[in-house]
Amino acid sequence: MTFRLGVDVGGTFTDLLLVDESSGHTYMAKVPSTPEDSSIGVLNGIDRICDESDIDPTKVMQVMHGTTVATNAVLTRKGAKVGLITTKGYRQTLQVARSFCPGGLGGWVSYVKAPLLAPLELTIEADERMDAEGNAVSALDKKALRKDLKALADTGEVEALTVCLLNSYINGAHEVEVREVAQEFFGDIPISISSEVVPEMQEYERTETTVVNSYVRPQVSKYVTNLKSSLEERLGDDVHLAILRSDGGLASARAAGESPVNMLMSGPAGGVAGAMYFCKRGGFENILTFDMGGTSTDVALIQHGEARIRRETRVSDITVRAPSVDVRTIGAGGGSIAFVPELTKALRVGPDSAGADPGPAAYMKGGEQPTVCDANVVLGYLPSDVKLGGAMTINRDAAEKAVQTLADAMGIELMTAAEGIIKIVNESMLGALRLVSVEQGYDPRDFALVGFGGAGPLHANALGTLSGAWPVIVPPGPGVLCAYGDATTQVQDEASQTFVARVDQITAKQLIAELHALREKAAVSFEEDGISADQQQVTYQADIRYAGQAFQLSLSVTDEELKSKGLAVLTDEFDRQHEQLFTFAHGKDHEIVMIRAIVKAKSSLTADLKEVSGKATDPKDAVIHETRYYYEQEWHDAAIFDRGKLGIGTVISGPAIVSEMDSTTLILPGHAATVDKVGNLLINPV
Amino acid sequence: MTAKIIQTNSTPFKTVDVDAVTVDIIENALRNVREEMDAVLFRTAMSPGIREQGDCFPMVANRDGKMVVGQFGSFIHGFMEAYDGQLEDGDIILTNDPYMCNAAVSHLPDWIVLIPIFKDGRHMAWSAMFGHMSDNGGMVPGSIPIKAETIYQEGIRIPPTKLYKKGVLQEDVLELILHNVRTSEWNRFDLNALVAACRTAAKRCVEIADRFGDDIFFTTMQIMLDRNLEAMRAIINMIVPEEPSYFEDYVCDDGVGKGPYKIACKMWREGDVAIFDFNGTDPQAKSSINFYLNEDMFKMFFGSFTINLFDPHILFNDGFYELVDVRIPEGSLLKPKFPAALSGRTHALGRIFDVMGGVLGQGAPDAMNAAGFSDSPHLFYSGYDKKGEWFQLFQIGFGGIPGRPVGDGPDGHSLWPGFTNVPNEFIEAYFPLRIVKYEPIADSGGAGLHRGGNGLSVAYEFLVDGEIAVHDERWLTYPWGVRGGEPGMRSTKRLVRADGSEEWLPAKCDGVSVKEGDVLYFNTWGGGGWGDALEREPAHVAADVSRGLVSVEGAKRYGVVIGSDGAVDAAATDQLRAKMREGREDSGLFSFGGTIEEIKARSLEETHLPAPEAP
Repeated sequence: MTFRLGVDVGGTFTDLLLVDESSGHTYMAKVPSTPEDSSIGVLNGIDRICDESDIDPTKVMQVMHGTTVATNAVLTRKGAKVGLITTKGYRQTLQVARSFCPGGLGGWVSYVKAPLLAPLELTIEADERMDAEGNAVSALDKKALRKDLKALADTGEVEALTVCLLNSYINGAHEVEVREVAQEFFGDIPISISSEVVPEMQEYERTETTVVNSYVRPQVSKYVTNLKSSLEERLGDDVHLAILRSDGGLASARAAGESPVNMLMSGPAGGVAGAMYFCKRGGFENILTFDMGGTSTDVALIQHGEARIRRETRVSDITVRAPSVDVRTIGAGGGSIAFVPELTKALRVGPDSAGADPGPAAYMKGGEQPTVCDANVVLGYLPSDVKLGGAMTINRDAAEKAVQTLADAMGIELMTAAEGIIKIVNESMLGALRLVSVEQGYDPRDFALVGFGGAGPLHANALGTLSGAWPVIVPPGPGVLCAYGDATTQVQDEASQTFVARVDQITAKQLIAELHALREKAAVSFEEDGISADQQQVTYQADIRYAGQAFQLSLSVTDEELKSKGLAVLTDEFDRQHEQLFTFAHGKDHEIVMIRAIVKAKSSLTADLKEVSGKATDPKDAVIHETRYYYEQEWHDAAIFDRGKLGIGTVISGPAIVSEMDSTTLILPGHAATVDKVGNLLINPV
Repeated sequence: MTAKIIQTNSTPFKTVDVDAVTVDIIENALRNVREEMDAVLFRTAMSPGIREQGDCFPMVANRDGKMVVGQFGSFIHGFMEAYDGQLEDGDIILTNDPYMCNAAVSHLPDWIVLIPIFKDGRHMAWSAMFGHMSDNGGMVPGSIPIKAETIYQEGIRIPPTKLYKKGVLQEDVLELILHNVRTSEWNRFDLNALVAACRTAAKRCVEIADRFGDDIFFTTMQIMLDRNLEAMRAIINMIVPEEPSYFEDYVCDDGVGKGPYKIACKMWREGDVAIFDFNGTDPQAKSSINFYLNEDMFKMFFGSFTINLFDPHILFNDGFYELVDVRIPEGSLLKPKFPAALSGRTHALGRIFDVMGGVLGQGAPDAMNAAGFSDSPHLFYSGYDKKGEWFQLFQIGFGGIPGRPVGDGPDGHSLWPGFTNVPNEFIEAYFPLRIVKYEPIADSGGAGLHRGGNGLSVAYEFLVDGEIAVHDERWLTYPWGVRGGEPGMRSTKRLVRADGSEEWLPAKCDGVSVKEGDVLYFNTWGGGGWGDALEREPAHVAADVSRGLVSVEGAKRYGVVIGSDGAVDAAATDQLRAKMREGREDSGLFSFGGTIEEIKARSLEETHLPAPEAP
């Protein structure tokens, strides 16, 4: 009997999920996170979960981990001091940052630029030049470089070094030379070069991405190394640690330490992976994920069981060219503060959040401003008249008092104000869902909506109504879904290359040869980690567009398709999708801009996770408490049900509330929830 | 109005009660519509001008043609007056003629697409968007001929024309238009993209009306307009004094020897109404630098600049127009008479923002900014590449954001919303150019407690023979500083020929031949400084020096002496600052770098270019 462990480290809690690989039985634990060194929380959790389940820790063979170490280093600006080497004439590429000032007309008045991640004081230029075809216009002046590198090293400040030279996406030879020279001065300080991290056109984006890689690298390496050795101590030398990448694949601990820029969205990717796991098994291949937390909400679109991958990752105001699950984040969540600007008397919700401290007024930790959570309490969606498993004490009076201030400012009734807050925040959520659906040419009514995260199940039913996405699915363990995602994904790596060519000027044969070369490059890390070729699955992709157009699509393609149908397999599909998205297609002048090979390891998890008992139960037996809630200007009597007592096939009719360890699901009047065979709650209008 | 809208359903819309929360929700939904219009356009447009630089603007208007969401205000009223025809469901209008849409677009390269939105046979709203096309035909590649004296020389004029009739594309019309431009494929794509964006908006408006009810949608648009009215009424009373304030600034020259052209503005308040009077502005130019300023557009500039300070979430719209009275003299630079040439209007348009900052700032000095990069100077390079294919590059220049109350101005940035530079690797891959240098110019930002942002030096090495055109500004007058801050450094264009000879190009010129190996140093101007430079923390100055943003010599403008180790020499700094304080006079609110007469007298010596003649 062997076990795998999914671990998700969040800001407040560390969630763990232990899976018996042969039977699919699971065990869950939630322990406080330890931000000063997250590995302590992880080890505490392992002790707890093994203790409670009475399982021998040495039976755990794989630990799969979603981490925000890289994300937090960026968010808190506590990464390494990065030195940067650019082409002569380009020292200020990051300072100019494509000249962009955010905001509307006059946005520049209040724009405050954040400090550069590679300070100009630690940026030097190399005298060399490649042209856009990859020919050296002038050779690297090593003598001058040595002098400048020595001065840079003598500052004693540099903790990680980055090299990004102009046009290196097409020929990285000068970058390699610079690295060789730099090693003479910088010893074991890690050096990231852009032609390896992200060989893509556009100097600013490539520089920023490579710099971010350097910026988080020392911290991530240290964290991963420490965690790995503590795990080995606790779980045995044969334990394998893998880290979830932003694109939803797993990387070995070693690979993660070298390209940490790929881990920035590790957390959200885990939630998406968990949602996909339960929905696929429930028979839902097309879903919108809706992960609502305290300060922000993440949404993503999954089609045919595959998450859309975007070629960039955003963390606050930093955007890098690293693949990530196309998760859109909006700054509204359960802790978002509602307010009324004096001049316009409009009702606004967020982006300011009460966060965990002071938190919503209902939590009595000093918060006084009305939040979305307080509105949920006032309306009775978050019950305050009964203490539910594990939840914090909720004080309705405090929530009312906070919401009343807003009602007074608008001159309306308390309950109307509370419903207003919920409607406004739901509308913002709908805006986020539209970003990933209608704006990408998808109709939300063709998708199911999956609600999770702390607050997702409270708002999911309403969002189903607004978006027309049915059923609304609340998977098992909606508050710890990331850990499920971590435990159920596969090791993955990819290699990509800018490959600018007009489709009518190349042959399928040339393209296949290039793709095979990339496959070998992508598989290198698998070999280093001992995953043999027969355990690998490869997918090829080409990014294609009309020559000159900004819009491009990543299309998947196989060897066989290219051999049998030629390049038309790409151009026809591009025309079809372009027409679907924008109502017109051009039909010619296709251009390939980027190609890549993605290699995945086959999964070793053979059993399905078991989260629900096999028979329908009488809902009455699961009632915890009778309560009431306010919806559409009237009070409705509703029962609170214990989710743990609901068997497969059980139907709960709204108005109702379903409660579990760390989450509350609201079922609205006129809707009913059915427990499906994998334990999902499927909410539909009746 | 002479245009007639044909409805198959004449049931009138009713004004109904709408609760405040529903208004907020519809407001949010309309914001999403606008953002979706941008998204559709950026992804489907083809020219670098739109897709990379974002030179385009969306709008949704109510049934009466008032802009409910958007940026530059509505032109539908002017269009309805100018268009003598019928409009039906499925019609899509195209125009580019400023003289026929009340200057909603201000030069011919901006093409507007306009859709009347119908639902169940009733006309309900409008969607519109304009974008800058890469070429519009006419005298020069890029269609911004400096020497044009009438609009007829600036390329094809498209009066309001049905591009689609009842949903059917008028192919003959489209081909006729595209036949007249040099970049027909780019324009075709960009136009498709504008149509797709406006259609998307139309579809979304119908969906919103379906969801909430037609009358609620109709009424809510009016409520949103009223919200702006009330908000602006309060703001105007707060920031516009009854006592008049006056400011003038200049467009340096017209490209044919005259200049600088004065833009004068007097502002005061009568009751709730703010009045902006441009009387005293110089007469229209003979060349193409005229800016036909739509009064409503100016109201929009004013409103959007101020309202964001109070409720950044509001959907800014036309609702407050009755509270602003704009007076522009006929025949002036800002209201030239037909058929005056208009294509080079970007400089006066940009300068309007400096004027507005200057006139408003006198009433609220704590909130005012220095003069900044209020323009879109540009470079055209065209010819045949080594494969014999025609190329045409349009590059917008970026420069120094001014020193502001919140801090230093960013270096080499854009003042226009959404604008970004085109990546140099992209340019090198698609055009016969090498960009040898791309960096902020040390010391070009005006010294101040908050430093002006530096201008940008871009060195273009031409790899084939061709022609260039330059459209630039602030080579003669200075980007002024405020509250003791110094002016920023002015712009220059130095062309170094392959044989080593050098010439200084005028700020506005076209048809300049370049040869393979020539290098153009296109240096934009810095932002003005804000506040007393001698009050700036010496450590900040030292940091700027180590970042290459200020030179050791330039640090002395701050009274800061940097030692050979790169650190502040505290004793020498104290001494220098004391000495500098001693001799100086109070600079007043603005630092212009001298009177116009003084600046003109120094012109040849300082700029290598003769001073222009007064217009």
